[in-house]
Amino acid sequence: MTTNHLLDAAHAHVTIPGIIAVSIFAGTALGQDAGMMSDDSMMAQTEMMGEAPSFSRKDLDFFESKIRPLLLGRCVNCHSNDGSRISAGLKVDTRMQLLIGGDSGPAIIPGDPDASLLIQAIRYDDPGLEMPPRGRLTRDEINLLEEWVRIGAPMPAPREIVDDPGTEHRWTAEEIERGRDHWAYIPLAIQEAPAVSDERWPRATLDRYVLADLDEQGLTPVDDADPNTWLRRVTFDLTGLPPTPTELSEFDSDDSPRAREIVVDRLLAKNAFGERWGRHWLDVARYAESSGKENNVVYPHAWRYRDWVIEAFNADLPYDRFLTNQLAGDLLPAEDEDEEARNLIATGYLTLGTKSHNVRGKAQFRFDVIDEQIDTITQGMLATTVACARCHDHKFDPIPQRDYYALAGIFASTETRFGTFEGPGNRNASELIEIPAGADLPDGSTFPTAARSLIIAAKDRAENQLRAAEELRAEMRASGIRDIRSARDRLTPQQQRVFQQARNAEGARDIAQSILDRFDKAGRPTIDNFVCMGVAEGEIRNAPFLERGELENPGNVIPRGFVQVLNSDWTTDVPQSESGRRELADWIANEKNPLTSRVWANRIWSHLFGKGIVSSCDNFGLSGQSPSNPALLDHLATRLVELGWSSKGLIREIVLSRSYALASEWDRRRAEIDPDETAIWRMPKRRLEAEAIRDAMLASGGLLDTDQPLGSAASGLEGAVRGNTLDRFFGLTASEYADHRSVYLPVIRGGVPEALAVFDFPEPNFVRGTRDKTNVATQALYLMNSAEITRMADAMAERVLGLEKEMKSQVELAFQIAFGRTPSAGEFIACRDFLREFRSAWISDNREKMASLNPAQRRQQARRNAAADRNRNRSDFIAPQDGELMAFSALCQTLFQSAEFRTID
Amino acid sequence: MDLCNNRIELSTGRREMLKSLSYGFGWLAFSGLAGARSFASSMIDDPLAPKRPHHTAKAKRVIFLYMSGAPSHVDTFDYKPELAKRDGQAYRGNAKLLASPWKFNRHGDSGLPISELFPGVARHADDLCLLHGMKAGIPAHAQAQMQLHTGSFQFVRPSMGSWALYGLGTSNQNLPGYITVNPGGAANQYGSGFLPATYQGTPVRLAGGNSRGGGQQARRGRNNQSQNPIEHLESDRNGAAVQREQLALLRRLERERSRRGKGDPAVETVLEQYELAFRMQTEVPGVVDLGTEDRKTLEMYGIGEDGTDGFGRQCLLARRFAEEGVRFIEVSAGGWDTHRNMRTELANRCGAVDKPIAGLLTDLKRRNMLDDTLVVWGGEFGRTPYAQGSDGRDHNAGGFTMWMAGGGVKGGYEYGSTDETGHKAVEGVMDIHDWHATLLHSLGLNHELLTFNHAGRDFRLTDVHGNVHSDIFA
Repeated sequence: MTTNHLLDAAHAHVTIPGIIAVSIFAGTALGQDAGMMSDDSMMAQTEMMGEAPSFSRKDLDFFESKIRPLLLGRCVNCHSNDGSRISAGLKVDTRMQLLIGGDSGPAIIPGDPDASLLIQAIRYDDPGLEMPPRGRLTRDEINLLEEWVRIGAPMPAPREIVDDPGTEHRWTAEEIERGRDHWAYIPLAIQEAPAVSDERWPRATLDRYVLADLDEQGLTPVDDADPNTWLRRVTFDLTGLPPTPTELSEFDSDDSPRAREIVVDRLLAKNAFGERWGRHWLDVARYAESSGKENNVVYPHAWRYRDWVIEAFNADLPYDRFLTNQLAGDLLPAEDEDEEARNLIATGYLTLGTKSHNVRGKAQFRFDVIDEQIDTITQGMLATTVACARCHDHKFDPIPQRDYYALAGIFASTETRFGTFEGPGNRNASELIEIPAGADLPDGSTFPTAARSLIIAAKDRAENQLRAAEELRAEMRASGIRDIRSARDRLTPQQQRVFQQARNAEGARDIAQSILDRFDKAGRPTIDNFVCMGVAEGEIRNAPFLERGELENPGNVIPRGFVQVLNSDWTTDVPQSESGRRELADWIANEKNPLTSRVWANRIWSHLFGKGIVSSCDNFGLSGQSPSNPALLDHLATRLVELGWSSKGLIREIVLSRSYALASEWDRRRAEIDPDETAIWRMPKRRLEAEAIRDAMLASGGLLDTDQPLGSAASGLEGAVRGNTLDRFFGLTASEYADHRSVYLPVIRGGVPEALAVFDFPEPNFVRGTRDKTNVATQALYLMNSAEITRMADAMAERVLGLEKEMKSQVELAFQIAFGRTPSAGEFIACRDFLREFRSAWISDNREKMASLNPAQRRQQARRNAAADRNRNRSDFIAPQDGELMAFSALCQTLFQSAEFRTID
Repeated sequence: MDLCNNRIELSTGRREMLKSLSYGFGWLAFSGLAGARSFASSMIDDPLAPKRPHHTAKAKRVIFLYMSGAPSHVDTFDYKPELAKRDGQAYRGNAKLLASPWKFNRHGDSGLPISELFPGVARHADDLCLLHGMKAGIPAHAQAQMQLHTGSFQFVRPSMGSWALYGLGTSNQNLPGYITVNPGGAANQYGSGFLPATYQGTPVRLAGGNSRGGGQQARRGRNNQSQNPIEHLESDRNGAAVQREQLALLRRLERERSRRGKGDPAVETVLEQYELAFRMQTEVPGVVDLGTEDRKTLEMYGIGEDGTDGFGRQCLLARRFAEEGVRFIEVSAGGWDTHRNMRTELANRCGAVDKPIAGLLTDLKRRNMLDDTLVVWGGEFGRTPYAQGSDGRDHNAGGFTMWMAGGGVKGGYEYGSTDETGHKAVEGVMDIHDWHATLLHSLGLNHELLTFNHAGRDFRLTDVHGNVHSDIFA
């Protein structure tokens, strides 16, 4: 129920009717035993009874300008209510918490600095109580805090959470101004790297921030991970694939001091890097190839944006440019058609959101699209939830509804071109964007010839229906009926159906025709595929303020602009002649905008350490979490900008750091001090994402096709998709894509491929900076029983048995492939036992199975066995004479099932 | 999920999900293999063994019918004559009150007023306990959904189903003790948080569920041709004997790993899922096979009918899970976020769930299961009595209705109320902590005693809040 009050308190003086009382006691020592309060706490108790003191504006200003920054900078890390860490039970988020104090009693006695524990601690008077533990405050800082306690410790009351949608709270200019003090919005702190307890430990500068944080908590880092573990970790993290046995042995034999740099640079140069990190961005970009919602209309050209993102990461397109292209690529100068094409494709970002294509009313549809764009941009790029302000002022962050409509005007002046055809289930279609003819880009995927006849049949059917209606109309005219519309009521049911069918037929014909135009008879893509989704400048206008977000209630027109609380000297005005997307991009992708670099640095960190320094990666607002190590976050954000916004550069620094090289070993003593692991004393164990799990299984069997496929399995579709369409179509095309990397599997909303969905691939409807990582029985069933898994296990078994003849070396190789290490003696024995026991288990199963079959089923099984023999690679059954292979395949499957296979240690 | 963008995504990491005590209870699978069932009560080590409740209580299990997206209470179960009278009048500045377009009629001996949108459920009026004083913490979907399920909208915490399972264990080791059918939101909503992973909800996907339209059709086509809610219950390749060997190998590998991990709570969490999965293979096909139900039963749930088929299957499945001893069952229906097109949309949504819910209540009753099954219906908050546009309502966390039936609650009973328009809860106000406390109470659990020590502190579902509203119990 609480937000971080210290951070929140910027708006503290706001009193809003209709509030929920914030629980001060949640999780504090006091809540457990209020009866133990000393006399010193009486004052706190009085306040608890609801008599909050009031302070003068001047005193509050003193707190805001001098004291809050001190508390934030030096105390919050270990004494905050954000759920990360509370040392000695003391929290400094609110005045009340200071009055209540921690394990040692009240932290402050207002008016009496000498008696206040907090003051004693910062003076370093008592050797057992020296705060902050790492480096005392300056004399000036101590004086300030003493003065603050002397004047009664003025501090605004925590803001309470509004729960009443009927309340029209409006943020005032003053509140917005104060809101700028929020940690995420203040300029990056430029600071010297901190002093640390052990000068030998840090390797990169960032390590000093990590170690300083550990020092402060009385923690030390665990040992470094062994080299093999590091190699597997960095290979998965940078490419989403396991290291090959060759890579393992090469690294093993490279004793040079630059060995790790060589590995990292090799990995960063691989296309697999863009496939891995591009996918991270696609989560943020809610990438999908259909509209979702009621009618789920396919976007057959969406894949061009996907490929652009992958390419951008591989080319290390500077992140500021990466964002600018997506927001305003169409407005940027280009040197050649190649660049122009890429700039246009990048704006596909703005078009990929969920849409209710069948919504009535163009204006409603438009505003819904705009809302989705604002939501995606502000959450994805700024970790700010501006879309909350569509119907009312933002409930937490000082973002007035007006700001929303200032942004909305920019997109109201933009034409969003997502394609699709008007027809059944789709009232809102648009043009697409032609790619410049000279651009060096593929035409796209091929179309399965087997499906062509289906499309032709669909088109013929539609044309027949149209013709029938036309004939009927002619007939009616011939019989003297002038006004066909008004005559409809008198038609026979048969005739009515003819007209009805014709209404849908036009759309159906267009859809069929479009597919026939896009692919020639041999299924090759034609020039008609040389199009992309994207945006163009529209009619320039400002959006009206919509009361409660209602189109029926337009108010004043709001000049286009940005989010006030984030505006600063780098903000440029939106010109009359353009939509303002260019200025929006300048405002976001600007080195002076501290939010943009913080958000991206945090996302990068979260992908390498399992969680962000700010754990709410998509929400840096007041209802999000505050950074566990603010200095580290600012250091990384500063480095990102210094490196010219090079994502590869920052990733390289991080993975070559000492912190990243830590072992993932758990340690009871450290965990007792820091149970939530907010500090980096070890590398957390992380579960692999769905794509990496599947790709690793494919790679283990040597099945993985590392080439980029052309287009997408979804690019041969058009129109609203139904489940059976997808089944039939993907049945025809899936094999072409099956063994490519998972990032190339089609992403149809509501129809995410099972191999991905089962391991928490997010439904791509919203920005998703963090994925769920569940471990549930349904995953176990999938790995135990899916034919796809046995296929991959078979491939791995064949590969291993083909390379090694001795059982011992076979098991060793299997462990190398699956885990990047050799088996222990115990593990080898377990595997050997398994291989020995397998045969009798298999016989017992099959005796049972055959006995339970009737004669027809038995004949069928025999046929399947025979067929399987003919085509063993794709089989789901291996004949009994391949006993060794079957046993080893079952072993490989078990390795796939293990926790280690899906974990980065 | 089909929600307006007016929500804040919770993106807290899932590290807690991976945390569990290192209960190695692999022995379960092996004893399970020997054909033993429900013997676990004798084994004190088994974290899922049935446990004695804190006090005697009627409810043995919960079926939570979760209406994701927040259904309008003033159009369904909260009759507001004053709102009808003041239709179109200004409210709080320039908002306009919107009378419900639907009629309310009194039903049963109790005469509970229920809207015509729920004709089937209305026939069970005398079993319903309407909680009109509900109050949620926050009017944004993602956060309110988290709070509804876990008590906290900000931190990752165990879900109420996990707490129930932790408190009571389960009597059937061959099924998950906590099943959630078609969960729509973040996995945290059925996660076990800092409780051992063995208490988490097992998600089961069934066509016709949470999402509407295309998505649902796509899912049905691609993944559920057989309408089988749990897939991969059988291997084309390996029989039980081979899988048993695989499980034994896995267990040995995991034991080695656990030894290397030195007691890391993040290690050794997959094994128990395999063991559960292995046991599910024998039990689940029978439980999910709706083919054993007679035609009349299927019809009663609206199975085979357009519109109700999907949720009907979910409800019937819920009854079958309940029969087999599953402790906490949640089924979800989405699409309640009716900011506009309410007249059509809300009618559609109610139409899709009314008959299945009525069928479920009838079915439980005729099997004498309603007495010891607490059925709970509701969403994460309610909607405003004033209009959004001409045909919609905005979010309203200040007052709304949920209902309970069976499990020892009073039937034909209205508890608490909102103000005259339905905007704010004014009497019998039940916030989510109270609701959780009351729900646990119905199962015989004292929310203040049901604690788990994590990071040096005893945690509860209700944190430091929560009052049991004992008036609702018969």
